[in-house]
Amino acid sequence: MFVELLQFLLSGVTIGSIYALVALGFSIVFNASGVINFAQGEFVMLGGVAAVTLVEAGVSLPFAVMLAVAIAGVVGLLVEKLAIEPAKDADEVTLIIITIGASLTIRGMVQVLFGKGAHVLPSFGGDKPLRVLGATILPQSLWVLGTTLSVVLMLAGFFGKTLLGKAMLATSFNKLAAQLVGINANFVLFLAFGLSAVLGALGGVIIAPITYTSYDVGLMLGLKGFIAGTLGGLGSGYGATVGGLLLGVLEALTAGYVSSAYKDALPFVLVLFILFFFPRGLFGASLTERV
Amino acid sequence: MQRRTLLQLAAFVVMVPTTGMLLSACERTKAAPIKLGSILSVSGSAAFLGGPRLKKKKIYVERINAEGGVLGRQLVLVHYDDQSDAIKANGFAKRLIESDHVDLIVGGTTTGSTMAMVPLVEKAELPFISLAGAVVVIEPVKKWVFKTPHTDRMAAEKIYEDMKTRGLTKIGLLSETSGFGQSGRKEAQAAAAKFGITLAADETYGPKDTDVTAQLTKLKNTPGVQALLVFGLGQGPAVVTKNYSQLGMAGLPLYQSHGVASQQYIKLTGTASEGVRLPAAALLVTDKLPANDPQKSVVAAYEQAFKARYKDEVSTFGGFAYDGLMIAVNAIKRAGSLEKEKVRTAIESTHDYIGTSGVVNMSATDHLGLDLSAFRMIEVKNGDWSLVK
Repeated sequence: MFVELLQFLLSGVTIGSIYALVALGFSIVFNASGVINFAQGEFVMLGGVAAVTLVEAGVSLPFAVMLAVAIAGVVGLLVEKLAIEPAKDADEVTLIIITIGASLTIRGMVQVLFGKGAHVLPSFGGDKPLRVLGATILPQSLWVLGTTLSVVLMLAGFFGKTLLGKAMLATSFNKLAAQLVGINANFVLFLAFGLSAVLGALGGVIIAPITYTSYDVGLMLGLKGFIAGTLGGLGSGYGATVGGLLLGVLEALTAGYVSSAYKDALPFVLVLFILFFFPRGLFGASLTERV
Repeated sequence: MQRRTLLQLAAFVVMVPTTGMLLSACERTKAAPIKLGSILSVSGSAAFLGGPRLKKKKIYVERINAEGGVLGRQLVLVHYDDQSDAIKANGFAKRLIESDHVDLIVGGTTTGSTMAMVPLVEKAELPFISLAGAVVVIEPVKKWVFKTPHTDRMAAEKIYEDMKTRGLTKIGLLSETSGFGQSGRKEAQAAAAKFGITLAADETYGPKDTDVTAQLTKLKNTPGVQALLVFGLGQGPAVVTKNYSQLGMAGLPLYQSHGVASQQYIKLTGTASEGVRLPAAALLVTDKLPANDPQKSVVAAYEQAFKARYKDEVSTFGGFAYDGLMIAVNAIKRAGSLEKEKVRTAIESTHDYIGTSGVVNMSATDHLGLDLSAFRMIEVKNGDWSLVK
């Protein structure tokens, strides 16, 4: 009984940390621009796909991982430069639609260049499952958990301690005021896209050994990450993390104790429920109207 | 001088369309090509099925034309990509029938696409050979609709047959929420009683799920379960297999459906798939078939032709397209004309055709013509397929 619960929790936490990483990417761009970047899932896909392609081309695994993350980062910057920046005076809805267009473009290009099949990346720490009090966990899951944890800590440090991070936060609170004190809001947005792409790709690379990767994995992960972000409160780093873990664990528990048929409906029900009581998510800032 | 130029110009203007007309008249008398309609899902979610199928069709149409065509007429492939969308398949079927005036259709990658095309071909009275899996395509029998791939019912029955010989009677079912998985689930439930098998648990997973350990833990802890049956397509079953090995469930034999019958499955799962059994067409194990197997030479020739042209692994999904094309061509030859009713009757009387999917014997009540012998029970051993004796 206990073993069963532990197994559900372990898989829930693993999946949840992936959602959390995607949700963090959403938060960063949302903070810098108020835009929900629907291409976030594609960055996850790009990381995984690029790493697999590089490994298959004979590049060593650690180097392939770094290169893949860098490639996705460059794509993120390009998306901002070529698609978002030219339309920077448009309202947020227009920008959101532009990100949807960007995501379709990226997915289509990868489909043509990389093919439609699924691929697997060798795992970082072997395939032998570890036993924890009767339940099992893959070494790769520990990598996922560890990476998510360090990313959360590093982001907290970045936003709390560095000038650049503070500049980004300032821009999110009040763009005009930030510009008045000399913050280059355009550069902040540029950076935000690069950073969120890097985060997404990092998630994509570390989960590729567990979940396989193909040109279309970004769609579902992006959606779940968005829900996780909304649950926790868009724009809040802790909210994204808690939202992701909550979603992952609840999914696993539903599949385990209720019925797997309801598992995919749960996130959507949950998001309706939470938004009804906490319109800005669990950890979102309280609602203030600008006059 | 100027007048002469004008005259020349006038002569030229008159001549051009006339020569054009003459040329096309010549072509027409030379025998019009046979128009073969094709609608496949080359992009979209079923692309892994439709992609290889289009390749197969192209190879063999080229080859047949090089050998002089059918009834002395060349084959022309009129192809559309339905993007794995049944609504588009319906639209393209209309176009094939009404504006392209094709002589018959071979296509319909998914069951959804096929069923969207069925009412149109029935109304137009056009022979249609579908490449979709589910039983509904040919049951109840539709006058103008045939199909080449094994049905999911046959897959379930073949698996149950094998379970019975191993003495496994109480099993857990894990099916994908995709069309393929749900149709498979229905057939698996329907066929169970006939083989004395009870389904003790019935779980599902989504085609894009990244983790199914929760479902597997539940199945593992269901009292009395002796084996697992997974019905899914593509990467979902690979995730299931990996989680199965992670949870150390080797005590419960794992059966997959024919939906994973491609080299990619072994590649994705690595050592996790050791010992997994599945029903598959002979094409998957060409080099392991005994020399006296009736299908051996057919599948070997097919594999060679495909590899020579595309330098890619053969997939059983593409083989169905080859069978569809060959059944159609043979039928046209036997009918000796393109009259639709004659072609239809000829397809229906296909007898002892040895294809990649099995030996086909169609009849007025059986528009598939395969029996359980068409499936081979296969086990993954040392990272390769092996025949279960």
